[in-house]
Amino acid sequence: MLKNYLKITFAVLKRRKFFTFISLFGISFTLLVLVVITSFLDHLVSAGYPELNRDRSLYIEKMLQQDTTQNGSRSGPVSMYFIQNYVLKMTTPEMIGFASYPNTINAYANQNKVKLMYKYTDGNFWDITSFDFIEGKPFTKQNIDNNDYVMVINDDTRDKYFGKGVSAVGKTMELDNVNYRIIGVVRGCPVTRIYVASDVYLPYNTAKRDQTKKDLNGNYLVFLLAKSSGDFPKIKAEFQSIMSKVPIGSEEKWFKPNKIASTADTYVGSFLSQFTHSDGDTKKQYLYMALIGFALLFMSLPAINLVNVNISRIMERASEIGIRKAFGASSKVLTYQFITENIILTLIGGVIALILSVGVIYFINTSGMINYADLTINWKVFVVAILVSLVFGLLSGVYPAWRMSRLQVVTALRGGE
Amino acid sequence: MIKLKNIEKVYRTSTIETLALNEINLEVGKGEFLSIMGPSGCGKSTLLNIMGLLDEPSKGEITVDNETISGFSDKKLAHFRNQKLGFIFQSYHLINDLPVLDNVELPLLYRSSSASERTQLATEALQKVGLSNRMKHYPTQLSGGQKQRVAIARAIVGRPEIILADEPTGNLDSAMGNEIMDILINLNKNDGTTIVMVTHDENMAKKTNRLVRLFDGTQVM
Repeated sequence: MLKNYLKITFAVLKRRKFFTFISLFGISFTLLVLVVITSFLDHLVSAGYPELNRDRSLYIEKMLQQDTTQNGSRSGPVSMYFIQNYVLKMTTPEMIGFASYPNTINAYANQNKVKLMYKYTDGNFWDITSFDFIEGKPFTKQNIDNNDYVMVINDDTRDKYFGKGVSAVGKTMELDNVNYRIIGVVRGCPVTRIYVASDVYLPYNTAKRDQTKKDLNGNYLVFLLAKSSGDFPKIKAEFQSIMSKVPIGSEEKWFKPNKIASTADTYVGSFLSQFTHSDGDTKKQYLYMALIGFALLFMSLPAINLVNVNISRIMERASEIGIRKAFGASSKVLTYQFITENIILTLIGGVIALILSVGVIYFINTSGMINYADLTINWKVFVVAILVSLVFGLLSGVYPAWRMSRLQVVTALRGGE
Repeated sequence: MIKLKNIEKVYRTSTIETLALNEINLEVGKGEFLSIMGPSGCGKSTLLNIMGLLDEPSKGEITVDNETISGFSDKKLAHFRNQKLGFIFQSYHLINDLPVLDNVELPLLYRSSSASERTQLATEALQKVGLSNRMKHYPTQLSGGQKQRVAIARAIVGRPEIILADEPTGNLDSAMGNEIMDILINLNKNDGTTIVMVTHDENMAKKTNRLVRLFDGTQVM
């Protein structure tokens, strides 16, 4: 029976090539987009090189100062003043590190202008992250205490500046009229990992900007590494306790905040704080609900399309249905046949989507669109998407099958009219 | 074998009511070869469809092998058609997407028979109609007469007791028509299959045991 179903399925698919194309395009394109988007989100959110400790890290990425009387507010990264006077006093994290948000600067290599992204960090940054050192080593607290003008660069910068594969450790590089000695070369990471990605890493004390300014807002992001995610509540509580002791106010004439707020949040939470002010867990729930809602809505499109195509096909196949009924097929058996056809169609669509996804992801990873991109297929999402497609495939087969089963044999034989 | 009692068929649209069959009482005996004749639109095919349980009468009772059909579930009706009846249609009604052998195997698909058993029975049926050399062809590659022989093979493959043929020679030239008719007569005489055939052709009808004439939905002979 199944062999016969398969034969007829492939014959039907071959017979109406355009319908088949529309159906397969709908299924495979939807799955492709879903897989690529989730792969990208996965890439953004999940722990990946060099942030292998992301699952046990909290981030302080924003400070909000508000003047509720004047309706004025200021929000942005935290300052060095805030980090040194408050954050570094925390005792619950296993380790505390920080890095500035990246800026760009021009450097000159063999008279060619090279635009570089640079970041200031402390020594702990290198212990919290897991960069692969191709050569040399990271700078340490000792280098910072010694006021050493040292730097770590990524392999892409080394290749651009000194030539591909040429050793860079011990050489100097001039940035903003200051000579830095290169002490380490790391394997670069994709720019989408914005908290850690950079071409050049410099000790924070070499920044020209006044870092002693008594302001809560600055240009830094703090990494709080916990022993495990189980310590998060303790660390968050300690941070809020510290926040409650931070004096509110500013030396500025025109901005007098009377309220401040900042949170130590997970990566997903801090990433989403761009869009919402709610706490990390609620944000996560919002994100997942929005993603599931989006995925279902997105996947319902090919399902509706399939129902439509199937209904069109049913009339065309009314005569076949009539013949099968005349020779002993019950409505139930014919319903199974239709559903089997839809499942096969969906599975073919799934295979095409998988092949295309591998191709698209390979293209994104190798095209240089995102430097160091390391997107991978999220198999969980792919399997769930295939299962959801199969459910839609089933549903889209059931309705036409139900309509078909109501046809009198003689009506079906006449072509369903 | 088949008993029709006070069969009436009315086609209704929102504006018109057409009486297609009126008070038909007919009995077909086991092993009989009956032909139904009448002008176009007189209700011959409607009557055959009702006898073959492909259509429901508006009124009346059908009994096949002492079983009254009314109230049969879809599943039971399907099983009954599969076991007892075989159909031959004027326009063949073959599935063009399937090769000849698969078309012939069709009634066996809805029985509990193995694939090898199905192939064996279908091959035998095709041998009977002289088409064993066309098993892998598709219906579109066959002539009209060959298609009708495939349809006969499909009708007999499940060894039904009754074959209902709706103008089986209607689309064929006389030589091919005679060939088909010979196959049907053989089936009736040698295998004892009961056959009810609708035809326009007086010569074909003469070859059967009994003739029933319809006129405007009423049995006149």
